[in-house]
Amino acid sequence: MLPEKLVFDYSIPKTLLIKLSGDWQISAGLLSTDEVTSQLNSHPDIVQINISVSQDLKWDSGLITFLLKLIRECEHKKINVAREGLPQEAQKLLSLALKVHEKDILSPNVRESFLERTGEKVLQIIEGLRSGLYFLGDISVSFGRLITGKSYFRWDDFMLIVQRCGVETLLLVSLISLLVGMILAFVGSIQLKVFGAQIFISDMVGIAMVRVLSAVMTGIIVSGRIGASFAAELGMMQANEEIDALKTLGVSPVEFLVIPRILALVIMMPILTIYADLMGVLGGFIISAGMLNLNPVEYLNHTQNAIKLSYVWVGLIHSIVFGVIVAVAGCLRGIECERNAAGVGIATTSAVVTGITGIVIATAIITYICQFLGV
Amino acid sequence: MQPVLEVRDLDLGYDDYVVMRNLSFSVNKGDIFIVMGVNGCGKSTLLKSLIGLRMPTKGKVLYYGKSFWDEDETGQKNIMRRFGVLYQGGALWSSLTVGENVALPLQLYTKLSCQQIQEVVALKLSLVGLEGCEDYFPSGISGGMRKRASLARAIALDPDIIFFDEPSSGLDPINARKLDDLILELRDGLGATVVVITHELASIFAVGNNSVFLDTESKAIIATGDPKALLANSKDPRVIQFLTRARAQGA
Repeated sequence: MLPEKLVFDYSIPKTLLIKLSGDWQISAGLLSTDEVTSQLNSHPDIVQINISVSQDLKWDSGLITFLLKLIRECEHKKINVAREGLPQEAQKLLSLALKVHEKDILSPNVRESFLERTGEKVLQIIEGLRSGLYFLGDISVSFGRLITGKSYFRWDDFMLIVQRCGVETLLLVSLISLLVGMILAFVGSIQLKVFGAQIFISDMVGIAMVRVLSAVMTGIIVSGRIGASFAAELGMMQANEEIDALKTLGVSPVEFLVIPRILALVIMMPILTIYADLMGVLGGFIISAGMLNLNPVEYLNHTQNAIKLSYVWVGLIHSIVFGVIVAVAGCLRGIECERNAAGVGIATTSAVVTGITGIVIATAIITYICQFLGV
Repeated sequence: MQPVLEVRDLDLGYDDYVVMRNLSFSVNKGDIFIVMGVNGCGKSTLLKSLIGLRMPTKGKVLYYGKSFWDEDETGQKNIMRRFGVLYQGGALWSSLTVGENVALPLQLYTKLSCQQIQEVVALKLSLVGLEGCEDYFPSGISGGMRKRASLARAIALDPDIIFFDEPSSGLDPINARKLDDLILELRDGLGATVVVITHELASIFAVGNNSVFLDTESKAIIATGDPKALLANSKDPRVIQFLTRARAQGA
């Protein structure tokens, strides 16, 4: 309890002597200054506080925190607190804590109102759109320079990115496409069985996979795996000032970092999509031949007849557009990244969200255009 | 008197590569102990072994006579609770404010209430000259302030030993000097023992009272003692060259 640690002595006129004893370490908990304050309130004539300590006093920052608070409270009441009775080390710490340091220049840290924050957010969105357009402009200019042979392009880096986008994604694309093909066949069979039209499962799986589903599934996988890694990679480069180093060298970061990534994805996405088409059809074939007892040769013939070349082209166009969307989203978020660890995390998440949203919107637009053109 | 920290026959390395061999030294209470040497000599690897981040290949690190790497997890945690570390780049958690960075060790290891923790945080920040900066994020303050905020976090639990990894790196001479003064003041006020990993000569002579010099070629300690005494008395050309910033022969 309090009396064990704090004893008050009024034997000297207008002076309060505080005797400290016991455990004043943080592990024992911090003592409030309320007790001292009430003593001072009941003795308004006090102008001086002296402090003495007993032999058994154990202390650390717990004591200093208490004393600092007491000194600051007494400053308001114009009461002098003499520190001579304290251990030497405690006096030094108190002096250090009370030292007037040169003020560092800091921007004001004011809390903004709801309206201000909303306005700020809207302006951020507008600024984001504008920087996105600038980025697309930069990309177009850099492509122009690449085509005319004026840009600096590192083929080694490009091949490395191609490998990452292709070979290292293959296993995931295989698994997902195979399963999507199987699920489609299985779900379709439930309804088609009613009409005795199970053989049309092959048409459904083939057309759905080749026209749109393979490209969409591959796009989503690539967005999660490659788009995120682009954002993290460029974000870290931004944080480590590597992008600044490129700029000061007169090299455009878009030419050096973004163009190889976009090209790599634009080349690899159609290849992955064709591969996903095959895996999807294989998935449908496994279910049809294995579980629904359809004739395997008949299934393959039906698939061949159902898939027109124009469907393959539609799928490939999807995949190229998705490749551009994923690469641009990843690179844009990475280059816009804030220069800290949290910024890299935000950029990565944002790249995936932007990529997938872009894929869905692009699918809707391309589907409408195809419908309009009668493809 | 038992040393606060003792290193016995320590070997450091990565896989088959040996960085340092047979390191032995001891640090007494109240020392400001400097570990110095040229870039790549293994100073930071040694620090990692001292603060429990990297197991040495051989040898012992003893705190108050207890072998850190022979302790179980609880024992190691109890020892780690007694030291604070100021990392080279500050290593403040960027998603937390300066105040939250300093408060976290107190929340983890003490039973203080939120209000009490705020009071201790305010004290620690005022000790390093950052009073009133609780609500700033690390990204919103200067490099020098980040170092001091990191120091406030390192002393949050009143450690017995404070490790500094290249404290002056990235600081201008004025801020580097301020940090050196702060090291001395905190050592005196907290009664702590300080281990500083550095190659900054100004800091070495300003704060150090004992040291070891790590040599890259021999992969061993080639000099020990007060840095000022080493400068005055050492006959080893490598030590003299380092402490006087002399050019290497033939360079």
